[in-house]
Amino acid sequence: MSAAEVSAADLAVAARPPRPARAPSTRFLRSELRLIFGRRRNQAGLGVLAAVPLVIAVAVRIANPEPGTGEGPDFFSSITGNGFFVALAALTVSLPLFLPLAVATIAGDSIAGEANAGTLRYLLTVPVHRTRALLVKFAAIVTFAVTATLLVAGVGLLAGLALFGGGPVTLLSGVQVGFGDGLLRLLAVCGYLAIGLCALGALGLFVSTLTEQPIGATIAVVILTVTSFVLDSIPQLSWLHPYLLTHWWMSFGDLLREPVFLPDLRLGLLSAGAYAVVFWTAAWARFAGRDITS
Amino acid sequence: MNAVESHGLTKRFGRQVAVDAVDLAVPQGTVYGFLGPNGSGKTTTIRLLLGLVRPTAGRHALLGAPMPGGAGAVLPRVGTLVEGPGFHPYLSGRDNLRRLDAVDRYADPAGTRRRVDAALARVGLSAAAGKHYRAYSLGMRQRLALAAATLSPRELLILDEPTNGLDPQGTREVRALIAALAREGTTVLLSTHLLSEVEQICSHVGVMHRGRLVAQSSLAQLRASAAPQVRVETDRPTEAARVLRELGLSGVAVQAEAATGGLDGLAPEKVVATLVHDGVPVRGFAVAAPDLEDVFVSLTGEGFDVSG
Ligand SMILES: Nc1ncnc2c1ncn2[C@@H]1O[C@H](COP(=O)(O)OP(=O)(O)OP(=O)(O)O)[C@@H](O)[C@H]1O
Ligand SMILES: [Mg+2]
Repeated sequence: MSAAEVSAADLAVAARPPRPARAPSTRFLRSELRLIFGRRRNQAGLGVLAAVPLVIAVAVRIANPEPGTGEGPDFFSSITGNGFFVALAALTVSLPLFLPLAVATIAGDSIAGEANAGTLRYLLTVPVHRTRALLVKFAAIVTFAVTATLLVAGVGLLAGLALFGGGPVTLLSGVQVGFGDGLLRLLAVCGYLAIGLCALGALGLFVSTLTEQPIGATIAVVILTVTSFVLDSIPQLSWLHPYLLTHWWMSFGDLLREPVFLPDLRLGLLSAGAYAVVFWTAAWARFAGRDITS
Repeated sequence: MNAVESHGLTKRFGRQVAVDAVDLAVPQGTVYGFLGPNGSGKTTTIRLLLGLVRPTAGRHALLGAPMPGGAGAVLPRVGTLVEGPGFHPYLSGRDNLRRLDAVDRYADPAGTRRRVDAALARVGLSAAAGKHYRAYSLGMRQRLALAAATLSPRELLILDEPTNGLDPQGTREVRALIAALAREGTTVLLSTHLLSEVEQICSHVGVMHRGRLVAQSSLAQLRASAAPQVRVETDRPTEAARVLRELGLSGVAVQAEAATGGLDGLAPEKVVATLVHDGVPVRGFAVAAPDLEDVFVSLTGEGFDVSG
């Protein structure tokens, strides 16, 4: 046991002066991101997201499509003219399920996953302050939401350009703008959608503090999202629509008008901000004083 | 100063009182064995101490700092193992330790590698450090948890059943590690069911029973406080037991070729004289301090009682 004795001596000697707290660093967040992006399951999920625009581009290339149906702006019919629209079509298709599911998976995992694996008690006794844990967990969810959105748009853009070429972009209002202007608008669309997904992430973070079953939390968030979409499609409930989280998501098309049609976008951002603040605070209220018996 | 101190620490889960007015006092520099039958409240007490669970009543301090207010400053100096290991299954053992190091605001990032490697070596896991945690055996998991508990320099270790699942070599290594840490001044509070472990490394003990701390003292004191046991070897144990009972011995028990009982202040020579006088053939007679197991059973009873 000489090895143990030597290391024990090291420990005790070093223990004498209390270690100083270090300046705030991004180590926790980076560790969190490694955990998320290093996990096979999440990589597979991102792969599925990246496949959406590829499938769209290839399908359109093989057979000219019927004019699209369904809700939201229709970009399919514009794809053959400009590959740029593959990105928008892919975002539109992913918005009702794939993107929310991806974010719900990460958010549902955030606290419940740690509780389920038994790592939560060790995280908190390192110690990690509970508020700090929630802030970093949410920052990681935000990073993931942004990454997922940019991934769909980015792969769509590349695939579209490769198969259909680029060029000036004809907006929804019929006005043509340069390709650079179009790219900026695509980036704005990604930002707008990512903010909506972050609000969903805050909801997921809250649900995740309620349970020790990450899958359960994820399913709950997906059900809430789908319910929101369903309620939003019932005209008789129009009084309720402005309060639904997903109601404003499809307004991203307003960024593709000239001039940009702001009112709904503003309300969308307001709604997302309100959801994010309310549910992050709810998560904090629930988690800060909770007994950790996992 | 006491490294761990609590006053009236109480935790109620619904109607059940899991921890009932516990006044712990773990003197600094000691190895404190925290004993008690299953479900007696050891793990819950440890969770209370670490601030994982809010007390229903009572207060406590770690290393002189009142909790939970002092948690941020004091917990970095406390190594913990609570209710078995808990790690990310899809990370390797090494990456799991790296993660714990990364979230520690007091850890110098430049020293991560050195700390992680040293911790892994300390528990004999260096060779398996790259394996996914989910592929670890029970004992390897337990070792990794101990590596995490000693990842950075600690002044206090709170270990819940640290040798659970370890092989004999691992158990010995852990005992030696704890003893070595204690020699250098680290205070250790460890819960365990292995009384032999307590006898080998603990200087103090606390015994929990149904949520209450029913005994707390140095190991020597605890032993001294218990009545010595007499053991009469005879081919007529039932008669011997009758005599012992008539003499007022406590907890008299009959065995195959012997009778035993607690000597409550009675002179042993008087017992022998009475036995001989009553015609019980005494083949052997011994007075022994009770071993820890006897003390433990007398404090916590429950199913260990042998009818006499
Ligand atoms: N989260 C909880 N909810 C309800 N009751 C609980 C909870 N955690 C523990 N208990 C109860 O509190 C009591 C003490 O449990 P605890 O885990 O502290 O025992 P222990 O002494 O560690 O036992 P063991 O030796 O088996 O590890 C038990 O009766 C248990 O059922
Ligand atoms: Mg226990």
